[in-house]
Amino acid sequence: MAEKRLMYGNHAVVEGVIYAGCRFFAGYPITPQNEIPEYMSIRMNEEGGVFLQTESEIAAINMLFGAAAAGKRAMTSSSSPGISLMQEGISYIAGADMPVLVVNVVRGGPGLGNIAPAQSDYYQATRGGGHGDYFTITLAPHSGQELFEFPRLGFELAEKYRNPALILADGLLGQMMEPVEFTYEPIDPTSLPEKEWALSGCKGRERRVVRSYDLRPGKLEDLNRRRFEKYENIKKNEQRFRASRCDDADLVVVAYGTCARVSDAAVRMARDRGLKVGLLRPISLWPFPWDVLGDMSKRVEHFLVVEMSCGQMIDDVKLATECRSKVQFHGRPGGGVPTPPEIYEKILGVLGGTR
Amino acid sequence: MKKIFGRPAGLTEIIQRYCPGCGHGIVHRLIAELLVELDIRERTVGIAPVGCSVFADEYFNCDMIQPPHGRGPAVATGIKRSRPDCVLFSYQGDGDLAAIGTAETVHAAARNEKITVIFINNAIYGMTGGQLAPTTLPGMRSTTSVKGRDVVKQGYPIKVCELLSGVDGAYYLERCAVNTPKNIIKTKKALKTAFKNQMDDKGFSLVEILSMCPTGWGVTPVQSKQWIDDVMSKYYPLGVYRDRAKEEK
Amino acid sequence: MTNEIIIAGFGGQGIVSSGIILAHAGMIEDKYVSFFPSYGAEMRGGTANCSVVISSDPVASPIVANPNIMIVMNEPSLARFEPTVQPNGLFFFNQTLIKSKPTRKDITIIPVEANAIAEELGQGRVANMVMLGILAKKTGLLKLETLKKAQRKRFTKANKEQLELNDKALERGYALL
Repeated sequence: MAEKRLMYGNHAVVEGVIYAGCRFFAGYPITPQNEIPEYMSIRMNEEGGVFLQTESEIAAINMLFGAAAAGKRAMTSSSSPGISLMQEGISYIAGADMPVLVVNVVRGGPGLGNIAPAQSDYYQATRGGGHGDYFTITLAPHSGQELFEFPRLGFELAEKYRNPALILADGLLGQMMEPVEFTYEPIDPTSLPEKEWALSGCKGRERRVVRSYDLRPGKLEDLNRRRFEKYENIKKNEQRFRASRCDDADLVVVAYGTCARVSDAAVRMARDRGLKVGLLRPISLWPFPWDVLGDMSKRVEHFLVVEMSCGQMIDDVKLATECRSKVQFHGRPGGGVPTPPEIYEKILGVLGGTR
Repeated sequence: MKKIFGRPAGLTEIIQRYCPGCGHGIVHRLIAELLVELDIRERTVGIAPVGCSVFADEYFNCDMIQPPHGRGPAVATGIKRSRPDCVLFSYQGDGDLAAIGTAETVHAAARNEKITVIFINNAIYGMTGGQLAPTTLPGMRSTTSVKGRDVVKQGYPIKVCELLSGVDGAYYLERCAVNTPKNIIKTKKALKTAFKNQMDDKGFSLVEILSMCPTGWGVTPVQSKQWIDDVMSKYYPLGVYRDRAKEEK
Repeated sequence: MTNEIIIAGFGGQGIVSSGIILAHAGMIEDKYVSFFPSYGAEMRGGTANCSVVISSDPVASPIVANPNIMIVMNEPSLARFEPTVQPNGLFFFNQTLIKSKPTRKDITIIPVEANAIAEELGQGRVANMVMLGILAKKTGLLKLETLKKAQRKRFTKANKEQLELNDKALERGYALL
């Protein structure tokens, strides 16, 4: 059996990044993710990697831009206000088709908000986030285990599609300790193939240029259309989710991350009392698992969306289900975390109304 | 017939689109010559700014990257730390380096990041149409200070070499100009030192270059050269502001 | 079965360590576990608390609002946490340092002379281990031996004498009932 350690979620991310063969981190401290740069500074030192505590999140994301353009796996982590500052850089990186990994340990907002767990950066994560036509591949872990595993998945997807990838966690997942199984061997960074587009000096080849602009008439339009063909491929191939107890469900709860954990307990309570309730947990938030929800909506009468916000993912659930089902919402904004009994009551309310 | 003057291999064959009398072309040529003379073209990654020289990524015959406005030193840091064998130069204008990118500049210097920064100071925003720059002189006209820079309302210019002189991490700082042949030769020498420092793994080297913008200044090319001597270099004195190699000797 | 535990006391009483040791012991015994430290404003005033969940099912939320097992190590935490305990819950409190008496009739009150016993053993700091020992005995949730293993995972830099003293404190707590 693989080694199992009791770890903070924020530390699990760091090990996941190291195991993914990444040796470049740049970031700026912000609660509730400070354990990431703290532990990363130790681990990168041990592994001979680069650790940079920057003057700002803006500098950090641009250092990633440079490191990625140099062909290296590079990551940063931050929390909501810091991620807002990074949006400029993420837009340029997406426009230059560079792979980077960004971890957002989401906290309450808007503004300085608070440091409690939240899911209120869903729109920002799944709609591009900065200026221009683009998307970022967004993964939503719900456990220490996935915080360990998703950095590798994130890098693989980012490199496959040459696009920024985002891990959307929250303060609860980052600050809790859970058992984490080290399910795979660490990747040796020197074993990763050289990128055929990387900037390294033009010895023995044509010079390469990394840029996000094209001022020639019509060219940017062509470029953006090609990028959207890539996005269509991502949408077709990379919709990730976990469906449990959905086959005979009259009501399916849709929740990701922390809310999925809590909802799972509420669904078990409902099943114990004979109610046909299931859980759909989106793992990729972009691409959102539109297809499975579309299929489900042909037979499931009710969806209950649970989020730690005033309702953002609910828009995607409505888009996916195309008015075929009734979509209800339960949310806890501003740092509130729902409880299983609270969601169970809501389930009763929804189902009770149909009887 | 013997060819005695031509395009250095450090430049591409793309025709540069700078205005008549502009200093960018001169500095581009100096850098391009050095890429060849120092035999570093094939391991150099250049950084083009946002501003008039945004197209520098087309002009330099080496690997190039074009980052967000002002973030050149951060991007250079990312590349240099990932590939220490590469030679990095960040080519930046006054808005890029001394306004929106001030933090990135100061902190790259503070970290003594082993990169070469080339700072074109023409005291005006050329690309966007002649607006006030962080280096626009007191009383100098721009399209956002039509009656001249009023220091009461618009504050004072930033003297970059003097500012960075207060940063211990900076290894080499020199201010030059490209308005006369003599100054151009001095500029090339300073640029060479700035590249050599990086090749020798010494540290953060910045060359500030007072450069003509006749279009933005609303004068003829000849007048613009004279103005650097008469006015601009009085406010921004030329010279070496930090040379740790010499201090260490 | 899900056990939701809160441990509360002063900073320096080993509150966080106790929580991590409990969670670690649960992990060793192949249970679903989580540990969550208090944070934010609650850190102020020198009080500390943490939530531990040990369950036969996946842990929903690691934040415990209403524990069925409560360990209270100091006076201020008694007033604050007594009302939060689930009916029929267990309420362990450090009688050496707490002069007030719990008033709830619908919970099981277990007074423990944690600091007195720890001082007897020669070190007040191990009062938390006394508490973990009696908790293990009263609840049957974890084996004594597992706690001994788990404290070694937590105190990786401690010397042999300290680890053995911790073991003794666990044993003393375990033997109280």
